[in-house]
Amino acid sequence: MSLLSVQDVTFSYNASKRVLDGVSLTIEPGDSIGLVGESGSGKTTLLRLLLGLTRPSSGSITFNGTPLDPRSARFMRDYRRQVQVVFQDPYSSLDPRQAVLSIVSEPLRALRIPGDHRQMVSDALASVGLERNILGRYPHEFSGGQRQRIAIARAIVAGPSLLLADEAVSALDLSTRIRIVDLLKSLSEQMTLVFVSHDLGVVAALCQKIVILEKGRIVEAGATASILANPQHPYTQRLLSSVPRMPA
Amino acid sequence: MTTLDVISPKRRSHGSVTLWAGLALVGLHIAIGLLTLVWTPYDPTGMSGGRLEAPSWLHWAGTDRLGRDFLTQIMVGSRIALIVGTGAVAIGAALGVTLGILAAFASKLLDDALAATLDILIAFPTLLIAMLVVAASDTANLASAIIAIGIALSAIVARLTRILVKRVLLMDFITAARTSGSSWPAIVFGHVLPNIWPTLSVNFALQFGLAVIAEASLSYLGLGAPPPNASWGRLLQEAQGTVYTAPIGAIAPGIALVSLVIGINLLADGLRDSIDPTRRAR
Repeated sequence: MSLLSVQDVTFSYNASKRVLDGVSLTIEPGDSIGLVGESGSGKTTLLRLLLGLTRPSSGSITFNGTPLDPRSARFMRDYRRQVQVVFQDPYSSLDPRQAVLSIVSEPLRALRIPGDHRQMVSDALASVGLERNILGRYPHEFSGGQRQRIAIARAIVAGPSLLLADEAVSALDLSTRIRIVDLLKSLSEQMTLVFVSHDLGVVAALCQKIVILEKGRIVEAGATASILANPQHPYTQRLLSSVPRMPA
Repeated sequence: MTTLDVISPKRRSHGSVTLWAGLALVGLHIAIGLLTLVWTPYDPTGMSGGRLEAPSWLHWAGTDRLGRDFLTQIMVGSRIALIVGTGAVAIGAALGVTLGILAAFASKLLDDALAATLDILIAFPTLLIAMLVVAASDTANLASAIIAIGIALSAIVARLTRILVKRVLLMDFITAARTSGSSWPAIVFGHVLPNIWPTLSVNFALQFGLAVIAEASLSYLGLGAPPPNASWGRLLQEAQGTVYTAPIGAIAPGIALVSLVIGINLLADGLRDSIDPTRRAR
């Protein structure tokens, strides 16, 4: 059984324009999938649908064979435990008025997960390469890369099986980006990863599979290596040719 | 393991000049107000000397036209001003914050209707609304003045709250809280209110000042605390006829009023700096 299945999903904010049009996608346990497309291609909307923050206009999304129903508190509690997200901007994704302990332990409190939350937060911080003695510090005391690590710690502290990352490295400088990509890569060996990005280079480094979105439609999908080596769709070819290269 | 080249967290600043100045001024008024519950130099309603006596060792601020000790009345006035300010701001905050949060979460149509209603209410001066509410009640007394001023202030608080909440709700950490499984009440109390509190608290202080001035104005017009309550506004009104012969009667309540309003504003500024972790480390 697939972990997450998206079947013929459409979404529109108004009747005149569809943001997503007939999107179908299957995510198997252990996959690392890159959702790639330009701004406005619908990848963030698709992510919001996967998170249960918005409901599709038509089509269905199932998790472990059960339809995703944001109105069902019981289902969503289990779903939130299994599916977590890392956002693009580490400067706005952490509450500036909460200390690290409170930020990272939020899923544990909200989902009423039993156990020593302080210890679980310390372990999550250690697993993303942060020291354990930062629990009382506030987000403004950290650099962008460290904030993103804290956000990743929050996403993994409840032990999810699926991690969604929305442009999680695009707001970081190059050296920090490489370190966070390495961290996500190591996490992808322990859980399923869906990485939303417009950056083909990062997706190539991180994901085994790739899904190309253009104007709300999936135009190409498959193994990352084969698509990057032999892109079939003109849009994929354009995306590849637009990757910046060092001058000779 | 990542080395934390973080900005070293500075200790909470206890040396904030504004905080201490505000605490001193407001603390003085609170101490005087509490003191009047158990002791006053003279009976605030009884004659204790001749009419319109100049300041002396017996009467530090002189006496009024009925021979009552003026300092005693100023002291009792502190208590009334604090009661009115606290009561009105509490009512304004409770109504305004609730209404503002509801508007921010409401559907677009309801939100637009609430926003338009608030704009109309704000277009009327606070004092005018308070006068209307007091006039609508049977008798002018302290409680009706507090309620009237509180209702008048609530529109300002509601509009500010609505704007602040809407801004916070757009932040990624709210979406992160939702995807973490937090309920909307938990998000409101855990994320929204703490993030709008610094701005709201400063606004409450401004509202407190407005409330004290509004009560003084109502009492000046005979719509606030009725005699023999020694409201600063009523003292100013009574001193109006003798301002050239005994100016202390107008100057002293004015100084008391201004010192309390300035003190509250300084205290709010200082508190905002001390409770805001992002300001604390600067």
